[in-house]
Amino acid sequence: MSTQIPQQTDESSETETEPEAASKGEERRAEKRRRAAEERERRQAEEAEKAAADEETVELKVFRYDPEIEGKQEPRFDTFHVPFTKGMTVLDALMYSRDTYDSSLTFRHSCRQAVCGSDAMFVNGGQKLACKTQIADLEQPVRVEPLPHADVRKDLVVDMEHFYEQMEAVEPYFQTNEYPDGELEEQRQTRENREKVKMSTRCIWCSACMSSCNIAAGDNDYLGPAAINKAYRFAMDEREGEEIKQKRLEIIEQEHGVWRCQTQFSCTEVCPKDIPLTEHIQELKREAVKNNLKFW
Amino acid sequence: MYEHDVIVVGAGGAGLRAAIAAQEAGADVAMVSKLHPVRSHTGAAEGGINAALRDADSWEDHAYDTMKGSDYLGDAPAVEALCRESPEEVIRLEHWGMPFSREDDGRVSQRPFGGLSFPRTTYAGAETGHQMLHTMYEQVVKRGITVYDEWHVMDLAVTDEDDPADRTCHGVVGYDIQTGEVSGFRATDGVILATGGMGQVFDHTTNAVANTGDGVAMAYRAGVPMEDMEFIQFHPTTLPSTGVLISEGVRGEGGILYNSEGERFMFEHGYANNDGELASRDVVSRAELTEVNEGRGIEDEYVHLDMRHLGEERILDRLENILHLAEDFEGADGLTEPMPVKPGQHYAMGGIETNEHGETVIDGLYAAGECACASVHGANRLGGNALPELIVFGKRAGRHAAGEDMGEAEIETGRSGEWEPADYEFEVEVGETGGRGPAAADGGAVATDADGVLAAAVDRAQERVETLLARSGRNHAEIRSKVQKTMTANVNVFREEPGLKETLGDLREAREEYQDVAVSDPSRTFNTDLIHTMETRNILDIAEALTMGALARREFRGAHWRKENQIRDDENWLKHTLVSWNDGEPELWYKPVILEGENKEYEPKNRSY
Repeated sequence: MSTQIPQQTDESSETETEPEAASKGEERRAEKRRRAAEERERRQAEEAEKAAADEETVELKVFRYDPEIEGKQEPRFDTFHVPFTKGMTVLDALMYSRDTYDSSLTFRHSCRQAVCGSDAMFVNGGQKLACKTQIADLEQPVRVEPLPHADVRKDLVVDMEHFYEQMEAVEPYFQTNEYPDGELEEQRQTRENREKVKMSTRCIWCSACMSSCNIAAGDNDYLGPAAINKAYRFAMDEREGEEIKQKRLEIIEQEHGVWRCQTQFSCTEVCPKDIPLTEHIQELKREAVKNNLKFW
Repeated sequence: MYEHDVIVVGAGGAGLRAAIAAQEAGADVAMVSKLHPVRSHTGAAEGGINAALRDADSWEDHAYDTMKGSDYLGDAPAVEALCRESPEEVIRLEHWGMPFSREDDGRVSQRPFGGLSFPRTTYAGAETGHQMLHTMYEQVVKRGITVYDEWHVMDLAVTDEDDPADRTCHGVVGYDIQTGEVSGFRATDGVILATGGMGQVFDHTTNAVANTGDGVAMAYRAGVPMEDMEFIQFHPTTLPSTGVLISEGVRGEGGILYNSEGERFMFEHGYANNDGELASRDVVSRAELTEVNEGRGIEDEYVHLDMRHLGEERILDRLENILHLAEDFEGADGLTEPMPVKPGQHYAMGGIETNEHGETVIDGLYAAGECACASVHGANRLGGNALPELIVFGKRAGRHAAGEDMGEAEIETGRSGEWEPADYEFEVEVGETGGRGPAAADGGAVATDADGVLAAAVDRAQERVETLLARSGRNHAEIRSKVQKTMTANVNVFREEPGLKETLGDLREAREEYQDVAVSDPSRTFNTDLIHTMETRNILDIAEALTMGALARREFRGAHWRKENQIRDDENWLKHTLVSWNDGEPELWYKPVILEGENKEYEPKNRSY
């Protein structure tokens, strides 16, 4: 399914219907769900009241969907009111909502410091890492949705398999034909060359770039900005040598490689690690042309 | 059911290195991890990897520094293995393409770090862990090693003999987060736990939300002792509002700590007259909190870390990541103002008791990395010594599990060597609430054949999932938060007997509340409510063992400070703390530390910096 659905105004909680010939366990579960829903409604109503009295509250509108739970199979938006604290991020607000109002609210997160790349989301219409997006910088209500152009598994969790496949399609590992003699001898690399690949090595695989890319949305086979950046990281590393570089250029020159990029810069704009993705893609195009001229 | 020769649980630095090593030694290996490998918290490590690479340095000096840093609670065979093998492992990473920072001559850069007698910390900017994690994951992709990602391991499949030393581990039980499937993973040659830290036991931590100590708790309940759990490192420079880490590299490059009076207190108040800011981490953390407690903190909470004098060029070259972290998570511009910092939970020196090959007392069960305690860090870990531990002991465990002959280990596990029971009466009940579990509690099984043991463990796990989903009850989040608060209040940098006792009582209450815990999300799809609820059980078990060790150890050693006993007491306490689950009735005991190295004896000396 796609996340591009019309905005719903109905924000009622789950409506449960009793399955036919329900077993005792199922009845118990249904009863439990009903009670949990009531409790959730009560708490949310309380918070909404508080929100009216107190301006220091954040209003979040969060996308909800679960393929197997009745009432969530049709995507909807739930509203949460979260007390604002200085420095609060979108992730903080989501965690508060989950731990206080609705423990079924689901999103990936781990490090809280923009290095694990788990929590890229669509926040107020842009791809952001929830953990490094300050609530204070956003217009309210804050609208939080899963990344566009990816299949939604549940709530804010999307299927990452396609992204991982593209990353792995560019032979994303160091290769060289020549190592220095001696087990304790490192390969030499100039500071300039390390500087050249530095930005490209910062990728945290969050897939914000892939989600923002119109070309990737239309061509499922397009390698996408992150995978091409990974290829750049190795192609530009002088330790790999010329022969390997040839091979790398062939990979990124394939039909669904660098030439698909139309330099719209959307990937560069959303990258939470400020990697100049579009520039890297352009540079690989130039390298590929130079390389082809060499054999011409 | 899935079947492999070697199963690695956790896919951070230690797990990745273990998997690569096991595969190179000929095993069919698979990794099972609740996160995709690149999400692992190794990626957040900033500062560097200690390795004696240069002629002017030696692994023996590295071992000396590490032993001194450990306050003489490291075991020499493990410490020496770490220091001897770190150089070749670092060069191997370089050969795998890791983008280390470089010198003008193109060689790998090294910088000074706290407690080191030589600038031997190799690094990649202030994002060394990120580069290391991705470099090793690239090798796993290259080798086609199977990864079951977003599978939460619930339990170990271990036989149920009375003595843990007679038990065997045949595999693990996994829960597929994406689909809710419970399945057994049979390991014919060995299971390697590499589940990382347990920072979520505290509420101000540099650790990830996923660092709930799952491997430590599972091994503990299966009968493996937890070792030296009371030794927790509080990193001196974390951002006050979030606990995000500001690398020791800032001080390594020359960053200075100031109190509210503008005094360079590490020198001016005599905390470390020689090394100042680069004293060992435990020393600096205590100094900061003393400043705050004596009224010289800023906003009564933190101190300032200033790196402005290093200049923009040097900062951008070596510490750029720090600028982003301070800006994004504290709103501070490190180029134009000092950064606010305070101590935060960072690292567990203790963990699953292993020998220097990564073997635990249970046959076929290994541990490596932060979840393990070999022990290389003793009472205090030096900065730059965690990453080499991952690669050195990950490799060793991987090879051994794959059947390589590595000779007899010198460190004895379990009660096979010299040991003594603890002479300490706890005032509150500890351990399993309600009825005591059967032998090996969660890990035990009546069946004795491997498949039967695994099948029984799968059934128990399935039953547990169904129960948690079916019943109504308390949300785990309140219980977790209660544990984190009491641990941070009383089992922090400064520890006092009344506070520790209070916490043990709070933990008892939390355990009782956990008896009624339930999961309100009924979904089988990506049910994080269920995962977090199971993790909270692990947090409870670890918090309790940690506090028990802290109460009983009445001395001041490394990171463990006791108000009532503010001196290191080698006569009575030069020994490791162990806590055995003992089928739900935890038992505290001690074993001697090994200070006898390959060529020398490490004589405990006064530890000053």
